[in-house]
Amino acid sequence: MVPELGQYALILALAVALVQGTLPLVGAAKGDVRLMALGRTAALTQALLVILAFGALTQAYVTSDFSVANVVANSHSAKPLIYKLSGVWGNHEGSMLLWALILALFGAAVAIFGTNLPDSLRARVLAIQALIGVGFLAFLLFTSNPFERVFPAPPDGNGLNPLLQDPGLAFHPPLLYLGYVGFSVTYAFAIAALLEGRVDVAWARWVRPWTLAAWCFLTLGIALGSWWAYYILGWGGFWFWDPVENASLMPWLAGTALLHSAIVVEKRDALKSWTVLLAVLAFSLSLLGTFLVRSGVLTSVHAFAQDPARGMFILGFLLLVTGGGLALYAWRAPKIESGGLYQPISREGALILNNLLLCTLAATVLLGTLYPLFLDLLTGTKVSVGPPFFNATFVPISLALFAALCVGPYLGWKRAELWPALVRLRAAFAVAVIAAIVASVAIDGRATLAALCLGFGVWLIAGSLLEFAGRLRRSRLGTMPRAAIGMTIAHTALGVVVLGAVATAAWHLELIQTMKPGDSVKFAGFEISLKQVQSLNGPNYVAERAILAVASDGGPYTTLTPERRLFTVQKRQVAETSIHTNIVRDLYAALGEGDAEKGWTIRLYYNPLAPLIWLGAALCALGGFVSLSDRRLRIGAPKRSRGVPQPAE
Amino acid sequence: MKSNRLLFLLPLLTLCAMAVFFGWALLSGRDPASIGSVMVGRPAPKLEGVELGGGKPKLVNFFASWCAPCLAEHPLFTRLKEREGTAIVGIAWKDKPEATRAWLAKLGDPFKQLLFDQEGKTALDWGLSGVPETYLIDGQGIVRLHFRGPITEQDLKERILPLLKSGS
Repeated sequence: MVPELGQYALILALAVALVQGTLPLVGAAKGDVRLMALGRTAALTQALLVILAFGALTQAYVTSDFSVANVVANSHSAKPLIYKLSGVWGNHEGSMLLWALILALFGAAVAIFGTNLPDSLRARVLAIQALIGVGFLAFLLFTSNPFERVFPAPPDGNGLNPLLQDPGLAFHPPLLYLGYVGFSVTYAFAIAALLEGRVDVAWARWVRPWTLAAWCFLTLGIALGSWWAYYILGWGGFWFWDPVENASLMPWLAGTALLHSAIVVEKRDALKSWTVLLAVLAFSLSLLGTFLVRSGVLTSVHAFAQDPARGMFILGFLLLVTGGGLALYAWRAPKIESGGLYQPISREGALILNNLLLCTLAATVLLGTLYPLFLDLLTGTKVSVGPPFFNATFVPISLALFAALCVGPYLGWKRAELWPALVRLRAAFAVAVIAAIVASVAIDGRATLAALCLGFGVWLIAGSLLEFAGRLRRSRLGTMPRAAIGMTIAHTALGVVVLGAVATAAWHLELIQTMKPGDSVKFAGFEISLKQVQSLNGPNYVAERAILAVASDGGPYTTLTPERRLFTVQKRQVAETSIHTNIVRDLYAALGEGDAEKGWTIRLYYNPLAPLIWLGAALCALGGFVSLSDRRLRIGAPKRSRGVPQPAE
Repeated sequence: MKSNRLLFLLPLLTLCAMAVFFGWALLSGRDPASIGSVMVGRPAPKLEGVELGGGKPKLVNFFASWCAPCLAEHPLFTRLKEREGTAIVGIAWKDKPEATRAWLAKLGDPFKQLLFDQEGKTALDWGLSGVPETYLIDGQGIVRLHFRGPITEQDLKERILPLLKSGS
């Protein structure tokens, strides 16, 4: 009964979305206030209906209703409750429903918080948002119905992908989707602006909080995914340039560019058509990521069940959304007039450089991800594009970006002098150079590139803090705009991420050793001995657990307990690594195959500064949230001021 | 102004080009996971005491008693032997002979001939990357199919059986 109600709610939501996607557009074109007002009511109704549908599916999972095909395929009565819940979105149908839910919630949020938007703009934004919703709801209902029944109901389910049965991954998709789908709002704003033929300061101010929110969630989602890969895959690495990782990185890069270019529109009334294009691209890249993951055209450790019909549907949808957006852009954008004039050396110029570099990075990732596919199709040659390509391309472009990043905030709007800005940064430069030299001499004389990258990390932190200290001298912390504080936090955090990533990638230690109980091995200054390997039974798996005693300076230090779990229903093995961290480094152990006679394969990693990667990413998102709490974003610019640029700050 | 217009069209054109590739990729029915095999189309490496290419196709299956996926594909070989009378050569890879025999005694022995490759030397000749892997050798002793990982019901129905039945 409840699943049918859920399905019914979805059908109703589709009908409401169709209304919401058409009538307010007509109203906005004709200036009919009642039709425009319909958008708000419809957005709230649609959100309510999709919440109902999502609730119905959740109920089926929680009660293990095995008459629902989706529950049978992805759940099991022996599973802990939290993974029954995460099972709701740990599969194709459920994750699409989650996507539709977040889309509807964002629509409702625009309806609730967008009270200061002009009627016509709000009506158009809500309508575009609803049209995207129509696509997802139709996709769900026609190709991926999560409420399909099976008869007779089997006694138990087939479980969940054991790799997904993990707290890190349980909450990774919702965060990622909040990011992906959040960009749908910026997309809707961009399309609405193109329809209105008007992009101005007020528009930029309205778009910015939505971009920021989406960007923060996406940052957290990517970080959580990377953390999951770090501790579950047992390879010691944190980023593998896997197509699915790349798929989430591309919208993040475009979103970061958008975040910065929107500032130029807001403050200087320039760079308008470019910002609109970025808003379209950020969401398009989110959809592209979904297409790549769901259609099966690329392989990846994350791949979901694949079905060409679904792939075709997503491709069609991608073409409609992106193609429609870009066609509208090609038609209307040339008419958008840009306001403010500026010199190349200026805050505007620095932000344009930021955009150029970020977009180059996004294009590089796109090329590296799609190249194997193109080559395979054109020549039948199979290649794998991996870390060597990205290290050779992504890293140098990033370094250029980092070099410019600290200088930008010192440059004034319109026109500025480069040299005084550099002089004010000399202390940061000195610290960075010293750090690089110390790293290259003290740690490893050969890893010059790594030492250089480390220097850039220090430069980012020192430069951002220095600039902040300078501002602090001029105004008190309490009077400083939150957006400026957020910027400093995010820029510093980027430096923290760079430190962690560089140190882990360049200076990690690694040992793969076959050990029998009683054996011990010296590793990174620790004496690590295998005490025993226990067998144990979890709720839906059996496991082997190694007890590794770690001693340092002769005394006991800690115990590592890596496990290898065999999920009995799926006959799949998953490594459960054991990590001892003290923020400065991770001591990481993973248990491999083995038996009492031959011994077990034990992998040991010593990852210096690894925790900084995720700490930095979380800090980065925090910077975004702080900026989001800026009062100007909440109550600023209630009225549209035509053509008058805001005073530069 | 005209060239400016073209500039604004550029994103759309890029998208169209990409879309053509994506559509092509979806419709081509290719399997991105398959990495191909250099063994296919070549004469099968020699196996001691086994006649490959004696006019009848044979399957060669590398397995081990310690390998869980081998357990998964085992019933398919049993069925092949019972229903089709296919000659299957089993090669136990890096496995103790007594463990292999105990495994086969428990599950049933679908193999016409059983070889042991404890050192993994035979596996080198065959370009093995792990177990299980399965090769189909035709009547002329040429490798026709090479499966990495356990064979599935679908592999059996769509790829192995048609070749076995054609008798080549």
